[in-house]
Amino acid sequence: MAAESSAPSQQAGESSGPNHGLRIFIPWLILAVVADVLIWVVWGPHLPPGAMSSSASNQQFDIKIMAVMAAPVMLFVLVYFAYALIVWRHREGDDEDGPALHGNTRVQATWITLSSIIVLALFVFGTVELVTTNGAGAGEGASPIWKPSGSTLQVQVIGQQWRFTYRYPQFGGFETTDLVLPVGQWVEFHVTSIDVIHSFWAYQLGVKADANPGVDNVAYTKINNTGSITVRCAELCGLWHGAMFDYGRAVSLGAFVAWARGTEVHLASVTAQLPPYSLTYDPTTIAQMSKAMVAAGFTGGNGLYYPPTDPAQP
Amino acid sequence: MSLPARISLLVVAFLAVVAVGAFVVLHYFLGGIPVEDYSAGVTPNTNATVHVVLQEDPQNTVSSKPDWVSYFVQNPQTKAWVHTTLFQVPAGSKIDMTIYGFDGCTPLRNNFWGQVTGTIGDVEFVDGKPYHVINSWSGCNVGHTFSIPGINLNVPMATPGLIQSVKPGLCGTSPCEPGDMKAVPYRVMQFSFYSPHTNGEYFWQCRVPCGGGFLTGFGGPMQTLGFMTGYMKVVS
Repeated sequence: MAAESSAPSQQAGESSGPNHGLRIFIPWLILAVVADVLIWVVWGPHLPPGAMSSSASNQQFDIKIMAVMAAPVMLFVLVYFAYALIVWRHREGDDEDGPALHGNTRVQATWITLSSIIVLALFVFGTVELVTTNGAGAGEGASPIWKPSGSTLQVQVIGQQWRFTYRYPQFGGFETTDLVLPVGQWVEFHVTSIDVIHSFWAYQLGVKADANPGVDNVAYTKINNTGSITVRCAELCGLWHGAMFDYGRAVSLGAFVAWARGTEVHLASVTAQLPPYSLTYDPTTIAQMSKAMVAAGFTGGNGLYYPPTDPAQP
Repeated sequence: MSLPARISLLVVAFLAVVAVGAFVVLHYFLGGIPVEDYSAGVTPNTNATVHVVLQEDPQNTVSSKPDWVSYFVQNPQTKAWVHTTLFQVPAGSKIDMTIYGFDGCTPLRNNFWGQVTGTIGDVEFVDGKPYHVINSWSGCNVGHTFSIPGINLNVPMATPGLIQSVKPGLCGTSPCEPGDMKAVPYRVMQFSFYSPHTNGEYFWQCRVPCGGGFLTGFGGPMQTLGFMTGYMKVVS
């Protein structure tokens, strides 16, 4: 009986009360615009991983887009929450029950429609960002779908416990612990491992590719400016995983060519002892290695390191 | 049970619990692998020369894993061989290192590590003969490496030339004693490098997959302090 008698007065109160939607919308709109401008102009240029390479700057752009889209959503929740706490708080002497809640088709339709638009837009945006940025710096496997046009500098990254080494097949296939890359040239990383699983993570370049034994994982990037590159292993790979990092450098094209040619000559005697350049290195198929192991008396056969009673190669 | 017996039981139980706790603390927390101190009495950052001596053996007969290959470090004062891979050197000093190689050969997985880097002149002396590169795939040449990645040091360890199948010809009781090379074959590797001026613990490792019985040969002694990996502590 009490509910029936209170319903008309509530409806009358709603029609004559404040426009809650507008009172929430206006501060939200102001805050959202201010937040998005701050994110894009002030915070955005400092977002990881920076803008040292094409893949890094594209990742930074993507994170800025995500942040600009997420901030209004988060602010709407916070503004609504604050408004509810202030306007609909319990007041002294008000012991009346709140009005019964019913579905609101307009609110639900708006919410579902906006959410769908945001999610589908991000799906399309993310897909385009993978295609147009040549894989966005991630390992694409042995047969990359997205690749840059024109010539590339090939650099092989070899993971091993607990150091990365790098081979430059276009400069005689020399191998070195120094990662040196040129500015303004597409780089084609071929990432592999000769023991356990590692992950090649060149932070400032926005390049991250798993290094798996027997797998050639390809990633692309183009460096925008000179500087230092931090390389870390991003896959737990044993006792000294935490110490598996080094620092590379991006230099001008001329400086790179001079370095590569000089290193090729300097390491010629070492290169002569390496197996021919290959996309992967399986100890069981490297002729010189198998021969050495047989000569050393290892009875695993077919180049296996240890006898069959020991664990075989992965 | 009488009152004295109950009190005695309580005291014994209390002492037993205390003893177990003390053992756990001493053995697992305060105990550990000894650090051989080569920095005592040396003024750091003066390029003073410090002579560090190690040996690598085909096994060790002093631990619970006697079939694991292992390094040993010589105590600088007593000259006794200690089953550890931790040693301490002064910062900014010239480290003259001697390593006795008693173990047989195992090919490197990556022959790139056959080159000598990070030493003065990028050279090591094997039985007095200088080497810049040793090809582990051309014969029974390399047993292990001594590598400190933090200072780009890599030195392949030559072998007495014996192969795995005749391992009984190698030193069979650790720590091995350098002496009559005909009785117990070994090689002597000598090289020098400068310790960093920055204090810290610089890990070192072997790059030959010599952890027989483990996946890719890189388990067991390769991942255990006190066997084929350790650290060089630099102090000033």
